[in-house]
Amino acid sequence: MATEFHNLQELHHSASLATKVFIQRDYSEGTICKFQTKFPAELDSRIERALFEITVKTLNDYYAEAEKIGGQSYLEGCLACATAYVIFLCMETRYEKVLKKISKYIQDQNEKIYAPRGLLITDPIERGMRVIEISVFEDRGSSASSSGSSSTSSSSSGR
Amino acid sequence: MSAVMVSRKVTRKWEKLPGKNTFCCDGRVMMARQKGVFYLTLFLIIGTCALFFAFECPYLAVHLSPAVPMFAAVLFLFVVAMLLRTSFSDPGVLPRALPEEATFIEMEIEAANGSVPAGQRPPPRIRNVQINSQIVKLKYCYTCKIFRPPRASHCSICDNCVERFDHHCPWVGNCVGKRNYRYFYLFTLSLSLLTIYIFAFDIVHVVMRSVDSGFVSTLKESPGTYPFDVVICFFTLWSVVGLTGFHTYLISLNQTTNEDIKGSWSGKNRLQNPYSHKNIMRNCCEVLCGPAYPRVSTVKGRSPIAKENGPTPKSKSINPTETISNSKEQDPTPKEKASALKERVSCSKEKRQSSKEQGPPPKEKASAPPLASPDDLTDTFLEKERVH
Repeated sequence: MATEFHNLQELHHSASLATKVFIQRDYSEGTICKFQTKFPAELDSRIERALFEITVKTLNDYYAEAEKIGGQSYLEGCLACATAYVIFLCMETRYEKVLKKISKYIQDQNEKIYAPRGLLITDPIERGMRVIEISVFEDRGSSASSSGSSSTSSSSSGR
Repeated sequence: MSAVMVSRKVTRKWEKLPGKNTFCCDGRVMMARQKGVFYLTLFLIIGTCALFFAFECPYLAVHLSPAVPMFAAVLFLFVVAMLLRTSFSDPGVLPRALPEEATFIEMEIEAANGSVPAGQRPPPRIRNVQINSQIVKLKYCYTCKIFRPPRASHCSICDNCVERFDHHCPWVGNCVGKRNYRYFYLFTLSLSLLTIYIFAFDIVHVVMRSVDSGFVSTLKESPGTYPFDVVICFFTLWSVVGLTGFHTYLISLNQTTNEDIKGSWSGKNRLQNPYSHKNIMRNCCEVLCGPAYPRVSTVKGRSPIAKENGPTPKSKSINPTETISNSKEQDPTPKEKASALKERVSCSKEKRQSSKEQGPPPKEKASAPPLASPDDLTDTFLEKERVH
């Protein structure tokens, strides 16, 4: 690999943003939240395909669990309706609980797998659940060669 | 001097949200700008029920049963709760694409279209996806700079893309979409029941009183009620009951008003609704008893333009450009570096804590707001220049 970082701390010490890769939604099963597992070419030299696919598949499983329509969602819906949805002011919904799990999982993945490879995953909820944004960082020493191609890194270096 | 140390007013994400919405209660309440018809709806419901409770309920409670006004009260509270829930909820607004995402999509479109000869219009921006063996076209939204998900549509009144867009309802002063459709349906259903109930007991009251003291004297005794209550109920009955029936039909087919009006799944060109489960009960259950979707449009936290004094519980930015660039430009001391990376690594933990501290609703998380226009982008650059 071109650049290696041992952890998230080192990433922040010596990295500059080179580019961002966006993993799009997979609508083949309807409007449920699911992301494409197609491996983007920009990450070819940065991370193993298998690791990336595991991350995306796990996220897809979490979202499927959150959006599952079954006994628990019916119970939650009926109980909430009976209380005129006032109960949602006090209680956390199942979806929100799963979103917290997802957030923790993404942070865990960032710390263990992605940051050492100079990558950072942004939680999809922060992008309207439309994309998984993966920021690709370059070592600052080599950023001069890549800054010309990326408007974000040139604007940030111009600040 | 580090820019991170400059203290400024904390700007909430929803304050920077493009689109024509108004917000209340620190972003928890989200409505369209035109609220006049919503106030009329509230006035009509509260006014009619107030007259019913004041003039007819005392007589009915004594001569019929105290359960009559009690049930009316419960129904009235449910109707108002559903109305407020529909009007104040985020209908499922999609945030606009940030500049990097917009550029990425543009590059994909250009790659797909190839080179367009000069003078020719480029082909329309459409992406085809296959959903349950049906080809669905995703249109590109030039305002939000995204390819709209299936069933999403751009509301011109609110100037937002809304997921599972049904329609914009002026009576509730908001769009009806994925997140608030079931509240809207329950509002129309309960309002129909309330209207039928009040209309029925208006008639019962007149009949019972006329038996006692004659029809003309009955009308004289409660002059305000009858023209107002009965007329309102009569007209409301036909419109609201009709609307409830229409939405019951849509729910059983798992269609939206928008799709019905456009005739998307009318059967022309062999187009079948790919979202329907072909089972009325399953369709109803999915729409009415599905999960409570989270809000994705706005999240409490720091805007990338406003800079505050270090990490605070309410303000956690997860914008990597912002954080990384800050620590780069000012050539930070080791202490500042250590604090920057502590902030970064622990930010999501604090985010979870801060959402608990702030209490309801826990739906909101930190994010960077989308930049609406080139003007906003210029503002960002000017801010950056000033700091430097």
